[in-house]
Amino acid sequence: MAEAKFRYIATKRRPKEDRRFLAGAAQFVADINLQGMLHAALVASPYSFARIKSIDAKVALALPGVHAVVTGAELAAATEPMMSGLDAPKLFRWPMAHQMARYAGEWVAVVVADTRAIAEDAAELVEVDYEPLTPVTDPEAALDPASPAIHPEHGSNILFRKKWTWGPVAEDFAGADRRLAFRARWHRSSTVPIETFGVVASWDHARQLLDVWASIQMPKYPDQLARALRLPGNGVRVHFDVDVGGSYGVKRGLKHSILAGFLARKLDAPVRLIEDRLDNMRGGDAQGPDRIFDMEVAFTNAGVIRALKIRALDDCGAHAGRAPLQLGKPVGAICGPYRVNSVEYEAISVTTNKTPQEAVRGFGQAPTNFALENAVDRVASALGMDRIALRRLNLIRADEFPYTIPSGSAYDSGDYHAVLDKALAAGPYDALIVRRDAARAAGKLAGIGVVTCLEPSGGNSSFEPLFNPKNDTTTWMEACSIKVDAAGSITVSMNTTSSGQGHETLASTVVGEVLERDPETIRVVRADSLSALPSNSPVGSRMAIMLGGAAAGAAKKIKETAAAIAAKKLGVAPAEIDYADGVFSVRGEPGKKLTWQAVCETAHRRFHELPDGMEPGLQAFHVLEVPTGGTLPTADGRVQMYPCYSFESHVVYAEVDRVTGQVTLGRYVVGHDCGTMINPDIVHGMTYGGVAHGIGAALYERFRYDDQGQLLSGTFMDYLIPSSHEVPDIAIVDHCTPSPLTAFGQKGSGEAGYLGGPAAISCAVNDALAPLGIFLAELPMTPGLLGDLIATKQK
Amino acid sequence: MSSHAITVTINGRVYRATVPARMTLVDFLRDELRLTGTHVGCEHGVCGACSIMFEGRPIRSCLMFAAQADGASITTVEGLAPEPGGLSVLQDSFWETHALQCGYCTPGMLIAAHALLMRIPNPTDEEIREAISGNLCRCTGYKQIVDAVKLAAERLSGKNQNG
Ligand code: FES
Ligand code: FES
Repeated sequence: MAEAKFRYIATKRRPKEDRRFLAGAAQFVADINLQGMLHAALVASPYSFARIKSIDAKVALALPGVHAVVTGAELAAATEPMMSGLDAPKLFRWPMAHQMARYAGEWVAVVVADTRAIAEDAAELVEVDYEPLTPVTDPEAALDPASPAIHPEHGSNILFRKKWTWGPVAEDFAGADRRLAFRARWHRSSTVPIETFGVVASWDHARQLLDVWASIQMPKYPDQLARALRLPGNGVRVHFDVDVGGSYGVKRGLKHSILAGFLARKLDAPVRLIEDRLDNMRGGDAQGPDRIFDMEVAFTNAGVIRALKIRALDDCGAHAGRAPLQLGKPVGAICGPYRVNSVEYEAISVTTNKTPQEAVRGFGQAPTNFALENAVDRVASALGMDRIALRRLNLIRADEFPYTIPSGSAYDSGDYHAVLDKALAAGPYDALIVRRDAARAAGKLAGIGVVTCLEPSGGNSSFEPLFNPKNDTTTWMEACSIKVDAAGSITVSMNTTSSGQGHETLASTVVGEVLERDPETIRVVRADSLSALPSNSPVGSRMAIMLGGAAAGAAKKIKETAAAIAAKKLGVAPAEIDYADGVFSVRGEPGKKLTWQAVCETAHRRFHELPDGMEPGLQAFHVLEVPTGGTLPTADGRVQMYPCYSFESHVVYAEVDRVTGQVTLGRYVVGHDCGTMINPDIVHGMTYGGVAHGIGAALYERFRYDDQGQLLSGTFMDYLIPSSHEVPDIAIVDHCTPSPLTAFGQKGSGEAGYLGGPAAISCAVNDALAPLGIFLAELPMTPGLLGDLIATKQK
Repeated sequence: MSSHAITVTINGRVYRATVPARMTLVDFLRDELRLTGTHVGCEHGVCGACSIMFEGRPIRSCLMFAAQADGASITTVEGLAPEPGGLSVLQDSFWETHALQCGYCTPGMLIAAHALLMRIPNPTDEEIREAISGNLCRCTGYKQIVDAVKLAAERLSGKNQNG
């Protein structure tokens, strides 16, 4: 374990970035105020499916202060369509609808004016003539070839459909003692950051350069923006020193940015497009997975799970984007933390007349974990076996790592039994049983959920070639550069935005650890996209591994260079130099030494004292390929998805009110192993927040649509985000199994809590409802849903 | 549309301005005065990101018009620190417990907690959760925020000498 091995890593340290947020001095995109900046407001389709017959902007344009009204047709003619993650060449998507509006809230036109208020006034004056069409709102109906085609050129509403068989599934099912099947439903929710998406774009025609500030968290964003705007890659400069007010996956406002960039060029003025809450919920294209799982499990009478068949049908909404790929990432942990001999997985993505999806925390893993954990509980109840004993029996053992699952990913390390035991001990589980049984005896509905879930981490792009054979991407690198000035001050440069993950703390801690310099004294800055080295942004729980690894790599190069300079000055070979606490000394002769500052000054000022062939100055960069990355999937779809596997075990006590259906969480424990924690407070914070987000997905949050495709929960009054009342006092129990693949044994943790929370809460509620004979595999388990269900059973 | 001349004291400084009747107080603070520490998350009174102290009480500045603030005294997050460049005990306690991640809800949280501690110097966990329950945070799960407010209360009442 981590104690005493590190100087700064894994110790309590105040996060570097917190201060500016506390002082009210951060710079979010809406805080940017450029000279002459104009404001955009959107005209959205009221219909979920309609032909756009005509748009009349005369009255809107006549309003004083209005500069332009641009329609989807004008934009589509001037820009390239946005790419999807699929091999679907006839699926076109532009930032605004033209010819057809495919969901209620889809942008049809934009107004640019001197102020946001004027732009909104004018947006109401734009007259659009629609011919309403019959929408498709049910994902199963979308499978029917006779359903109205939402993208007629594509030919059907099925965007992606593929079945993989890994291992002897048919034999395992035929030979098993027992089988069971059930359906699990994960309804649409999302991460819903408190800051909506926003972008400011400014065109410098003298330099032919588009400057962009955006609340973005997106790989390849600058490249894709330039491509869509038909600019060279170096014609767009994205400023990464914008603070992003939460994202957890969804802040990928490419369409907003293309539109703002187009408007800035067209009007030769800075343009600001900030979503309001309704824009964000309805037209921000940032909703999450919407999934129906058909699960089949084959198992022995002794409780050994032999094989799984999983069919996942996902409703990705009106446009594909990267959403179908959220069916792909779970391939890397398709059987969870369990020893399962064979797996069949069918992934189907359909389009409907709903708001498009975006990447949500875990990229499809949280719904999959929910379905898996309910399957495990169902097996236990079918056998009359204790669910914890069943898990212990099937969990991969600590001595089996690295462990390769049927779909081809090797799990790097872990001790699942130890983490489960720690979580149960912290419950304490025995006391929770007593509490549950007492509550039941008093007539209450009380239950306990115990789950064991994986958090794949180190975000790679292996699902891209898996879902699109024409895409042969095999790197998802991350970089970091360091420069040290003549006085020895260290500046670290990172190449992407952050949205609360504490990357400045991460990078400075790692560099401080390697160089034995106080992280407090290390400054972390952000390049812009033209000065940046390659980055794939903080997705897929990757930055502890990837930015941490790149920063460590660059710091080691600095240390080697500095040691070589010291060696030459001290007249010995570099191998004879020791470095500790900012002092280079000759091994065995502690009197012969040089300080860090002296070496840095030499590097910058005395070329004649440098080793032959050494560049002056003291700087280095490192570009890190994802550990285990670099290979394409096999023909049968086996692939190493992400490199590192964190693990979490949740123990939850819940009571369900018989009348209102309201769930109260009376105890919440998370046992967590993400290897070495670079900054424990940050890791714990993300875990608490992930649990809170999981509580929302499990109990409250749902983008609900009517059968005409109208969103019924587009405000914070009907889309309910958990407050401090709904989130209990969560207890985290740490465990540390270092990853053998990373610089300090760290794994990712940005999705912690969320990947097990919905599973755990659903299992606790099902335990509470079991005495009524209810099993419900549907999230969110809203008070209304539970209340009605309980009422029907109690009659 | 009518305009209104207003005089408002914000963080101890007097501002005079003429505002359109429909301008919200949060837009006035952010767009006219460039006090961008106060944030906007919903503009319909639910998230609390726009919280400010208004005449000594926490309010949502998205639900009020700037014209209604005429004559009022306001404190925003920029005015919480005892001196420019410093942090209040409460702000410093948020730092100590890492009571924030993205920082977007943070100014509103600080205002809610500041108002609580003015009213109840030694609040219970329940009272803290109640006081911040109108402020949504998507990052933290609230735990480290509750810890921060407790720590600030201890420090302010002199119980925690490390403060
Ligand atoms: S912005 Fe005022 S409460 Fe949300
Ligand atoms: S810190 Fe991000 S919303 Fe609270």
